[in-house]
Amino acid sequence: MNQFTDKRKGMDHKDLAVEARGLVKVFGDNRAVDGVDLNVRAGSIYGVLGPNGAGKTTTIRMLATLLKADAGSAKIFGYDVAKDAQIVRQLIGVTGQYASVDESLSATENLVIFSRLLGLSRAESKRKAMELLEEFGLTEAARRPLKHFSGGMRRRLDLAASLIAQPPLIFLDEPTTGLDPRTRNQMWDTIRRLVKEGSTVLLTTQYLQEADELADRIAVIDHGRVVAEGTVNDLKESIGTSSLHLSIQNEQSLSKARLIVERVLNVQSAVTAEGGKITAPMADADRVTDLLITLREAGIQLEELSVQKPTLDEVFLSITGQNTASNTQVKKEELA
Amino acid sequence: MSSTTIKAPHERKLRRKTNFRESVKNSLTMAYRGLLKIKRTPEQLFDVTLQPIIFTLMFTYIFGGAISGNVQNYLPVIIPGILVQTVITTSIVTGVQLREDMDKGVFDRFKSLPIARIAPLAGALLADTIRYTIATVLTFSMGYVMGLRPEGGLGAVVVAGLLVIVCSWAISWIFAFFGVISRTASSVQGISMLVLFPLTFLSNAFVPAETMPKLLQWFVKINPISHLVTAVRELTNSGTVGWDFTISLIGATVIVAIFAPITVRAYMRRA
Ligand SMILES: Nc1ncnc2c1ncn2[C@@H]1O[C@H](COP(=O)(O)OP(=O)(O)OP(=O)(O)O)[C@@H](O)[C@H]1O
Ligand SMILES: [Mg+2]
Repeated sequence: MNQFTDKRKGMDHKDLAVEARGLVKVFGDNRAVDGVDLNVRAGSIYGVLGPNGAGKTTTIRMLATLLKADAGSAKIFGYDVAKDAQIVRQLIGVTGQYASVDESLSATENLVIFSRLLGLSRAESKRKAMELLEEFGLTEAARRPLKHFSGGMRRRLDLAASLIAQPPLIFLDEPTTGLDPRTRNQMWDTIRRLVKEGSTVLLTTQYLQEADELADRIAVIDHGRVVAEGTVNDLKESIGTSSLHLSIQNEQSLSKARLIVERVLNVQSAVTAEGGKITAPMADADRVTDLLITLREAGIQLEELSVQKPTLDEVFLSITGQNTASNTQVKKEELA
Repeated sequence: MSSTTIKAPHERKLRRKTNFRESVKNSLTMAYRGLLKIKRTPEQLFDVTLQPIIFTLMFTYIFGGAISGNVQNYLPVIIPGILVQTVITTSIVTGVQLREDMDKGVFDRFKSLPIARIAPLAGALLADTIRYTIATVLTFSMGYVMGLRPEGGLGAVVVAGLLVIVCSWAISWIFAFFGVISRTASSVQGISMLVLFPLTFLSNAFVPAETMPKLLQWFVKINPISHLVTAVRELTNSGTVGWDFTISLIGATVIVAIFAPITVRAYMRRA
């Protein structure tokens, strides 16, 4: 893959596409981003995972020179986003959370204008626009005004517009939110192809599955802080590939059952506020057999048991030991 | 599918600043975008097309008899007045549209591109001169249809039209400033009207200053709009360029000298 080297920089910085240190952004008294560190290796796909309002968009906007950080610093391929903003802009493509294209113009006109702004000649711009429209399956709609575009088409056009200059680093803010499964898969293929061609991609998502599918490394952020960072495998080991949901007949044995679950699966468990259901991450489905046997031996009768894909909530649960939902307090009291 | 591989950052020619030539090119592209938008949504030209027609008809027939005895004699007085009022009012749109534009998603794209920071602003101001031109041509045409035959000749009329366009462009910097610092487009509209309404009506655009009370006369005489109206009248009616012409241009220069830097600074802070 694209190994970027720069002799002026130290060895450890040489192939970092993004290097953020202690980024902070405060809106009023809301610390939207509260000291975020990120290291994104060139040539990789990096996923930033977090719930609504975690600070994903704000972080991307600071990295993409759209927003000034209140504290901290960030470098893109070694260039400071504050001091060398204009250079950074030559190295990035940004597809924001909301379409950043001109609604009143056609797809072709949009792409031609962006190409012209990027220094392409009139003829080159036309050619580039045609090429991108074809690549993203928008040729038929090329001359229609965007007002009549579907969400998926707009999204694709937006990504196409970010690729005009073939930037080595591409920011994608929730690229697949609101897309149907087929369009989403196409988007994933496109992202993989971009990386194969040598780009670096930093994307945000609310879906663990998406990060799992695409990203080499993941940062989980919540309330403006990175709460976990690592490879997909690191993260999986901490949360399990799936999660166990268990409810028992006799509420009194709840804490006993929890202890058994934690001991047998060797993980932390939690209890949902409503209905006293035990949830726990699970790395190995085989362990369920052991668990069931142990529960039977302890005389605990089950009401319901299911194995599900872990939700984002559970990621947070296992990483931070607390739920993102507001019922955290309830849970703690219940456990006591 | 393109099979290109992406150039690594160190293989690229990276520039720390956009130079003057590129800034001009970027601004022209942004102006082209403005024109395309007008082409796509021609209904936004309603004001510049209807206002000259309706105002010319209305004011001429309402005031004509009272002020100049008859419509024919009033035309050389009123057409320059309406021209100035209409074209300058048109320049409010610059500020309103700038605000609307800056609130749209596409503005983020412009900000993330390695283009001159000033280009979207300069482009908007440039594209809007097309509106002034339309309004100018229509007002003179309306006058001609109603019987105005400027003594100054076609050349003088063209110069008068250009003077109004230049001055309106200068004034549009004021509204661009409001556009940049305001939070909503409707507030830009409101505050701009509040500034412009007294300026255009407390002038000699429709009624000779001599008929007004003393205090008002004093204001009408120092009002730069009055000087612009007089300059246009002198040009169209006798083909002469006088002191008022110079004052108008000086006024335009002063406005640009004050508002261009503060607008650009406010704009850059947001861009
Ligand atoms: N311009 C702004 N002014 C004030 N507050 C803001 C602004 N932008 C974001 N915020 C606040 O900052 C916090 C983080 O917002 P951000 O958009 O970065 O979250 P996000 O992780 O992208 O969420 P989502 O998944 O909903 O897109 C939120 O509480 C939001 O209300
Ligand atoms: Mg967001």
